[in-house]
Amino acid sequence: MSDIPFPGAGEALPLAGPQEKTAGLLGWISSVDHKRIGIMYLLAALIYFGAGGIEALLMRIQLAEPVNSFLSPGVFDQIFTMHGTTMIFLVAMPVLTGLANYLVPLMIGASDVAFPRLNALSLWLLVFGGVLLYFSFIAGGAPAAGWFNYAPLSEKAYSTTKGVDYYSLGLLAAGIGSVVAAINLIVTILKYRAPGLSIKRLPLFIWMVLVTQILILLALPALNASLVMILIDRTLSAHFFLPFSGGSAVLWQHYFWAFGHPEVYIVILPAFGMISEVIPVFSRKPIYGYEYVAASTVAIGVLSFLVWAHHMFAVGLGHSIDSMFAISSLLIAVPTGVKIFNWIATMWHGSIRFTTSMLFATGFLVVFTVGGLSGVSLAVFPVDWQVTDTYYLVAHLHYVLFGGTIFGVFAGLYYWFPKMTGRMLDEKLGKWHFWTTLIGFNMTFFVMHILGLMGMTRRVYTYPNYPGWGTLNMISTIGAVIMGISSLIFIWNVMVSRRRGKLAGDNPWEAWSLEWATTSPPPVHNFDRIPPIRSRRPLWDLAHPENPDWKNEH
Amino acid sequence: MNTEAQNIEAQTFVESWDNNKLAMLLFLLSEGTFFAFLIIAYVYYHAVSNTGVEAAKVLDPLKTGIYTIFLLSSSFTVWIAEKSLRRGNQRAFRGWLLVTIILGAVFLFGQGSEYLHLYGQDVTISRNIFGTSFFTLTGFHGFHVLLGLISLAVLFVLALKGEFAEKHSSAVETVALYWHFVDWVWVVIFSVIYLWTVF
Repeated sequence: MSDIPFPGAGEALPLAGPQEKTAGLLGWISSVDHKRIGIMYLLAALIYFGAGGIEALLMRIQLAEPVNSFLSPGVFDQIFTMHGTTMIFLVAMPVLTGLANYLVPLMIGASDVAFPRLNALSLWLLVFGGVLLYFSFIAGGAPAAGWFNYAPLSEKAYSTTKGVDYYSLGLLAAGIGSVVAAINLIVTILKYRAPGLSIKRLPLFIWMVLVTQILILLALPALNASLVMILIDRTLSAHFFLPFSGGSAVLWQHYFWAFGHPEVYIVILPAFGMISEVIPVFSRKPIYGYEYVAASTVAIGVLSFLVWAHHMFAVGLGHSIDSMFAISSLLIAVPTGVKIFNWIATMWHGSIRFTTSMLFATGFLVVFTVGGLSGVSLAVFPVDWQVTDTYYLVAHLHYVLFGGTIFGVFAGLYYWFPKMTGRMLDEKLGKWHFWTTLIGFNMTFFVMHILGLMGMTRRVYTYPNYPGWGTLNMISTIGAVIMGISSLIFIWNVMVSRRRGKLAGDNPWEAWSLEWATTSPPPVHNFDRIPPIRSRRPLWDLAHPENPDWKNEH
Repeated sequence: MNTEAQNIEAQTFVESWDNNKLAMLLFLLSEGTFFAFLIIAYVYYHAVSNTGVEAAKVLDPLKTGIYTIFLLSSSFTVWIAEKSLRRGNQRAFRGWLLVTIILGAVFLFGQGSEYLHLYGQDVTISRNIFGTSFFTLTGFHGFHVLLGLISLAVLFVLALKGEFAEKHSSAVETVALYWHFVDWVWVVIFSVIYLWTVF
């Protein structure tokens, strides 16, 4: 019934072929096409995910039993620092930027981002920033002051290798890349939307990407300023963070967390966005309370700048300051809760299809809520004092970052992989991937709650043989190994399905947003024609001319 | 129908923004935040480590104030250059662009001579926390002025080649935006560092 002819599966659009002129490796690395850049971001994130994952396994082997000597204390410090730094800056951020890069123009009906060449610059700054960071291993030793690089430990006198210098330079490069990408994506979303796609009709993923990029724009400068200052301290013998010569170590903490807490939302909001796309499609219902999901994202974005000192409850800033930050931190639970309930309400009475993507989205709802609840407990500062720097915190942050970001990303990857490659990821392998991830994840991190409450401190290379500690740590290590296997299943699935997977066709999930209106994979210029956009679900309107959404809108 | 009309209205409002200018505005928002952190650091050490005493001793607010006038007037001249271009007066456009570059260069020269003078008195970035916070903040600003001068010089060369035949140039307006930012950040920095030694 549609007035726009969409080609079927395997049938290329007329312009798709000849424009893809630069094939091969050179074609990829010299590309300014947002789709190729997006995929390269994803590949870079996958490689760094491998590195960060190996580091995690090394730590878990060391901690498998008490008083182990698999890693020396010095190496252990380097490994946990690199694990955290890698996973935040080289995995979580690029995987989300990559998906945003690939999807934003497609979902708003544009042919590319606003500044394609700047886009390539962002990608390569990230890649080489990561290379700089990892070069530290062969340049005398990796950074070993934790991913948040606390001063004065990170100062020259206490971190004598070049590690922290490489950390600073690598993150500066990646950070500048992130700011550039943020500018690019914001201009794209504001200026390149297809006719009819007003702000109120934007897919929620785009909403959340937009808020995230604004957070990047305002939070990354705090990190960049801190990195510049520590670099000046170390290379020009300055005094910013040296307390005994007039500097201030606490200022580093303020600055780092002024970046660090918005950063938490920078790496979770796009995952929220993906969940908001996946759950409605697989529940066969429009999102429940679109306006509330969008508005709560903005609320989270604003609040994220007002909570940083909850990372510093143990510093001793005083009761009134601690109370203020405890209240603002507790407040964030409200908009987050709004989202969780909206997603559940979307599933309610839906005809749910439990594809792998939907399984990950559902798993996300459960594990992220656990992480959210432990987060609420940590916002109450007397609790925080009790468990600060124990494994309770490690459990919490992995429940939100792995259980939140990574589960969300997997839901998104299973959902959009067909669009990117034209082929479906294998559902059977996908289900193995999901269940091994879920079991491995909970085995690894749930026991850490208990270990933390028992007083096991993080960032120490070993622990004494107290009753139960060895067993719980062994459970955690076995879980980590299962997660390692689950990642291999995923990589195997990608490699096999990319070549031999089931053909996807344009719109395998019967989804409603614009990216599904073009071929899979899309041609270089993305669209030949854009369907009319008169509601939030243009493809629903196209498929159901008898009952389009815009007729029911008031 | 009403919402449809509103949508179109909202769309045209955003579309009236030039891409490059919008990107520059966003960039400056980010840059402003970056400078805010360096400025807060300076203020923090002024309060906590009493760096104001040394600032009052070694800085010369009058001399830097004169150089500041050069920088601030360059914001005015770049505005006139833009206006001249819009009126189609190429000669005036080029002339005021050149004046802007000269004014900016004089400011940078002033900063260089101040640095040399301080260095002669053994005030360096590594001597104490005043030197650290002072040179980092003013140094980053100077670096931004330099980048602005390079961009203006590129515009000037292009203008000589007659690249700006149109009355609206996104490049000129974008660089001008950056230049205003650099000037107004200096107003804050000058107040915090130099005026604070006087008042």
